[in-house]
Amino acid sequence: MIEVEHLFKKYGDLLAVQDLSFSVEKGHIWGLLGPNAAGKTTTMRILTGYLPATDGKAMVAGYDVFEQPNEVKRIMGYLPENVPLYPEMTVQSFLHFVAEIKQVPTSDRKKAVEKSISLGALESVRGRLIKNISRGFRQRVGIAQALIHDPQVLILDEPTIGLDPAQIIEIRQLIKSLKGDHTIILSTHILAEVTQTCDGVVIINEGKLMASGSLEELTASLQEKDGVFIRLREGGKEKVEHFQNIPGVDDVSTRDDGYQVEWTRGKDSRDDITRYIVERNWGLLEMRSLALGIEELYLRVITGRTEQ
Amino acid sequence: MSNVWAVCKKEIKTYFTSPIAYVAITVYLVLVGFFFQSLIWWFNTQSMQMAQNPYYLQQMNINQMVFSPLFHNISIILLLMIPLLTMRLFSEEKKIKTDELLYTSPISINQIILGKYFASLFVLLVMLLLTGILSLLTFIYGNPEVKPILIGYLGLFLMGAAFMAVGIFFSSVTENQIVAAVLTFGSLLLFWVLNWASYSAGGIWKGVLNYVSFFQHFDDMTKGILDTTDLVYYISFIFLGLFLTHSVIQSRKWR
Repeated sequence: MIEVEHLFKKYGDLLAVQDLSFSVEKGHIWGLLGPNAAGKTTTMRILTGYLPATDGKAMVAGYDVFEQPNEVKRIMGYLPENVPLYPEMTVQSFLHFVAEIKQVPTSDRKKAVEKSISLGALESVRGRLIKNISRGFRQRVGIAQALIHDPQVLILDEPTIGLDPAQIIEIRQLIKSLKGDHTIILSTHILAEVTQTCDGVVIINEGKLMASGSLEELTASLQEKDGVFIRLREGGKEKVEHFQNIPGVDDVSTRDDGYQVEWTRGKDSRDDITRYIVERNWGLLEMRSLALGIEELYLRVITGRTEQ
Repeated sequence: MSNVWAVCKKEIKTYFTSPIAYVAITVYLVLVGFFFQSLIWWFNTQSMQMAQNPYYLQQMNINQMVFSPLFHNISIILLLMIPLLTMRLFSEEKKIKTDELLYTSPISINQIILGKYFASLFVLLVMLLLTGILSLLTFIYGNPEVKPILIGYLGLFLMGAAFMAVGIFFSSVTENQIVAAVLTFGSLLLFWVLNWASYSAGGIWKGVLNYVSFFQHFDDMTKGILDTTDLVYYISFIFLGLFLTHSVIQSRKWR
């Protein structure tokens, strides 16, 4: 649905995006991650046709973003980093205006406005001037305007910024509910959001692609071993040898008054380990997976480290 | 066309939901009213003095003595007001980042420009129509000629429209409204007084400076003379302003 090939963007001497390639399948949600000034917003602006790329190609639903910008704009909803709102307009008249310029047919316009108001939960502020509503509401008006023409593709630049925790959960659920019918790219700094909503991620730094793929794929490529951390009622170095005797276990070490037990990725020795402990009545207090969390994964990709 | 209308409607709403249009129109009306009143008083005193002499009384012409100078006065007020009416058209979009919404929507740059331009013309039209009431008053108490007044108003409209085109252009080059207004005002004033230089210029330059200046073309029309040269001048000016605006916005898309 979205294909980016060897994209470059130069601002004067500054290379904001260099040789960026990735693709997103139809109906999927992908996260665009990276530190500040990594080129996320620039990439999104190029995809939406707001900025031209210096070189490279970007295709959305089979249309070339540079050659057929109008076709792309028709099927794309965009929430920019700075939510584009006219402070002198009411929420409802603003949404109506957006429906008009997004070419929603006259007969469907009212319905589209109503639908986007209910999607953004904006009933209580529909008649108020945008300059008088809170930041959270403005963000939601931004999301509502991006959805107003029921676009096939959604580009959301930090959709949950400025929202309170309850609203963040609502918006995340909204985004998840759009999955399947819509192809979505979102950028965010909240990594938990990615694990909860995204099928895959594109991680960029200084305009360059650092990694892309599903979270499982990325974890697999960064971590050769799988493992668990175990804490027992009574520890002791002598138990290390015991663990090593369990078939499949490769590596055991002590750590923070517990044990780190690892095995080659692809196998799963958790059943065997649990049984071993229970049979010997060692008192299992804690057992947790050592798989990479999204934070760890992100940091490793950005800093270029592969193994601890 | 519906896209142009959508943008136009939004701009007109913005003019009239914020104080911009009200303040501009009120100040404009107060000033025009003052000038009109002064001219009428002056015309009255002149009429009294001439009353003894039937020959001179016959020479009194309200079109020449009231309307022609009134149109000149209005044109100066427009010169001051229009930069303030056009300054936010594009600069504000850039500043509050709503341009990102416009340029990622399936509407063309031309449609955006025309929508905004027509909205500014609408405000101009409202201003001129409101002063039309003053002209109607003179018909109650006197018998001015209609045609020169209509041509005068047409002249004001065309000149105002040309001012608006210059204003919209300068609004597109900066995101600072004050800068846009100052640049517009400065260049309009320059074009206004360009014919002054023609007094001392010789040869071909005399003609060129005279042609380029607003003043010459407008002066004819306040006297009720409708010349195609003047129409062509204003229409070319408007076209040039809008074309340059288009070029500035399009340049954002250069690779």
